Amino acid sequence: MSRPYYRPMPGTWWLTNRAYFLFMVRELTSVFIAIYLVLLLILINRIAAGPDAYRAYVTLLASPGMLAFHLIALAGALYHSITWFSLAPRGLAVRLGERRVPDAIIAGSNFAAWVVATLVIAWIVL
Amino acid sequence: MKRSSEPLWWSLFAAGGVVAALFVPVLILLTGIVAPVGWAGQAFAYERIAALVGHPLSRLFLFTVISLPLFHWAHRFRFTLVDLGFRGARSAIAIACYGAAIVGTAVAAFVLIRL
Repeated sequence: MSRPYYRPMPGTWWLTNRAYFLFMVRELTSVFIAIYLVLLLILINRIAAGPDAYRAYVTLLASPGMLAFHLIALAGALYHSITWFSLAPRGLAVRLGERRVPDAIIAGSNFAAWVVATLVIAWIVL
Repeated sequence: MKRSSEPLWWSLFAAGGVVAALFVPVLILLTGIVAPVGWAGQAFAYERIAALVGHPLSRLFLFTVISLPLFHWAHRFRFTLVDLGFRGARSAIAIACYGAAIVGTAVAAFVLIRL
């Protein structure tokens, strides 16, 4: 079998069009989320290390660079949630008898679950 | 016929996408902004937070919320790199991305079990 032909494409293709750009932003939100999860894991590790280590790490988290990172990561995470739940009806067609459940109801119940999850976590932690 | 591992990676990607969408924004807000700025008063005092994180259900939750989204990242980042033109290094990229997620999962398990 011959190898498939790939048309050469410059690495900047995603800058040529708004839809491509938003696609790339959505893909890159996962990078910020992954970095945040590493910082969260370090936080858990510092809690295990004792009160002094924990307080020193929280002080580090209060530095301008760390706060800026978390604000950007929060924006990225919100963008991930919104795009993920909005696309959920595309990936999962729910049928009730003969009729297909409208997309708005599937997306709506996803957003409702998000609100409930957020409130439960905030209630437990705070 | 050679069995493909794609369904496994895709399932982890999808599960990680759901977990990240539901829980990551509120966690970033709490641990990255509310706690360091000090808006929550005594909620993040050491004794309280150590007891909360040490609960078995909290550990299970934290393991899930760290591990699955790492596989979500791995799957997305793998194809993003290929899309950006690193087509020649396809298998190396896949191994590096999923490998990083597996290492992250192992470290998370180690930290949370030892807690």
